[in-house]
Amino acid sequence: MEDLAPKIIFWVFAALMLGSALIVVAGKNLVRSAFALLATFFSVAAFYVMLGADFLAGAQVLVYVGGILTLILFGVMLTNRIYSLELNTPRFQVVPGALVSAAIFMILVTVVRVTPWKQASIVEEGPTTARIGQALMNQYVLPFEVASVLLLIALLGAAMLVRRRTDL
Amino acid sequence: MGLQRPALEAKISNLLSIPVVAGAAGALVVFALLPQIAELIREQLSANLSPTMAKLAATAIGVGAVVFLITQLPIFLIWWERKIAAHIQDRLGPMRVGWHGVLQSFADGMKLLFKEDIIADGADRFLFKLAPFLVVMGVFSAFAVLPWADGLVISDLNIGVLYVIAITSFGAIGILMAGWASNNKYALYGGMRSAAQMVSYEIPTAIIILSVVVQVGSLNLQDIIAAQQGGFGDFQNWFIFRAWGLNVIGFVSFFICGLAETNRNPFDIPEAESELVAGYHTEYSGMRFALFFLAEYGAMFFVAGVAVVLFLGGWSGPVFSGPLVFFLKILAIVFVQMWIRWTLPRLRVDQMMALCWKYLIPIAFVVLMGAAVLQVSGG
Repeated sequence: MEDLAPKIIFWVFAALMLGSALIVVAGKNLVRSAFALLATFFSVAAFYVMLGADFLAGAQVLVYVGGILTLILFGVMLTNRIYSLELNTPRFQVVPGALVSAAIFMILVTVVRVTPWKQASIVEEGPTTARIGQALMNQYVLPFEVASVLLLIALLGAAMLVRRRTDL
Repeated sequence: MGLQRPALEAKISNLLSIPVVAGAAGALVVFALLPQIAELIREQLSANLSPTMAKLAATAIGVGAVVFLITQLPIFLIWWERKIAAHIQDRLGPMRVGWHGVLQSFADGMKLLFKEDIIADGADRFLFKLAPFLVVMGVFSAFAVLPWADGLVISDLNIGVLYVIAITSFGAIGILMAGWASNNKYALYGGMRSAAQMVSYEIPTAIIILSVVVQVGSLNLQDIIAAQQGGFGDFQNWFIFRAWGLNVIGFVSFFICGLAETNRNPFDIPEAESELVAGYHTEYSGMRFALFFLAEYGAMFFVAGVAVVLFLGGWSGPVFSGPLVFFLKILAIVFVQMWIRWTLPRLRVDQMMALCWKYLIPIAFVVLMGAAVLQVSGG
């Protein structure tokens, strides 16, 4: 019972993630695809929780569900003629697509089978938040700042683009 | 005999109000004794079950209790709000159904239960049905980390605050879904406005929460409360009284953001009756509509609860401590929310956005910087 529960939870979320991801790429209704992303992002957060990465799970939901998914939905809903839009991705290039994905799948399977995986000993991980903060502020402060500046430039660019012409 | 029909009805409804008022009083007693009750249940469980199962059962009982609370609370809150509205407008409000109308919400609830569940012809049926559940889920799951007393919390997450900010974003997605699936222009506009509002106001909310987190050094809600205990009368150490008034600004900004995040007046632009009929729930009827209502009152209560935890000491009250004090403090904040709703006019969309981006976000950053400087300088 106590060994079985994590396995059941894992498979439920794995099925949810793959199923919703399939709807995202193969669905014909653009808005439904965007909403299916919700289940995908949420399942990824569930995997982070199972791996003991509590802060990462919270950040995943906050950034992807609260921010990016909302923006995607806005973009999709503001698209012209959303109701009459026919998505024809599944009908184009079926054969090359299948070949490429089958090849990638084979490569991945080979990598998984050939790599000599090291079995890590199971350790009880404590809270990760403080350690992430210390790592960001000490060891990785330069990449952190570079990412911040990059985001700031993107923000300024977006604000610049939507300004009224008369202000220029 | 001899009573006329209206008088007889009044008598019956007055009699029926007795169990309701008694039930409300009983609920307050249960609240006061909650830590003892929880201890008793915990002892019983650990005596009869294996540790893992006992923990699971305790969590299940906790979840059941909280869900019961937030599904029953709107019965009181709606009646209370109508009474407040009426008295502010110099009326009496509901008076007929029960003593001072205490049974009004039960009557309205029954009405909603029996109403036909209509799904508009052009609606996206699946998403239309899913949306209210998402909205309710976003609110209910946030309650998991709200601490009621020392050691009395469903999930003592060490990323509690982050979880709160993250999980409430499900509500915005649900509202967008409701707006789109209704296939109605008013619903769509309402949903888009609401989501835009929630996403915008999430930024100052998160930054102000961060200013408190900086002062505590922990994301855990119980740690935040523990940092506010002690001092004169058990309220001197509340964050609102600390950092030389900086946190007062933080508290007021957080309260304004809370109003906006729950789509309450003066920020109820998503459901502005004069412009959008009823916004994102225009097409909903019966129980599905009731679910949106439930989520709104649940969200009000929750936002007030987070404000109490962050700035007003949580369950660690003035003089007394415990779930009852926490509950009463939350109700006080909810009262102010209702008071504001019935006294302030609605903002325009552009004013609402200007308030967020031009005033609240800079203020929030100033509060955060101030808190950080004080913390570094050891204040």
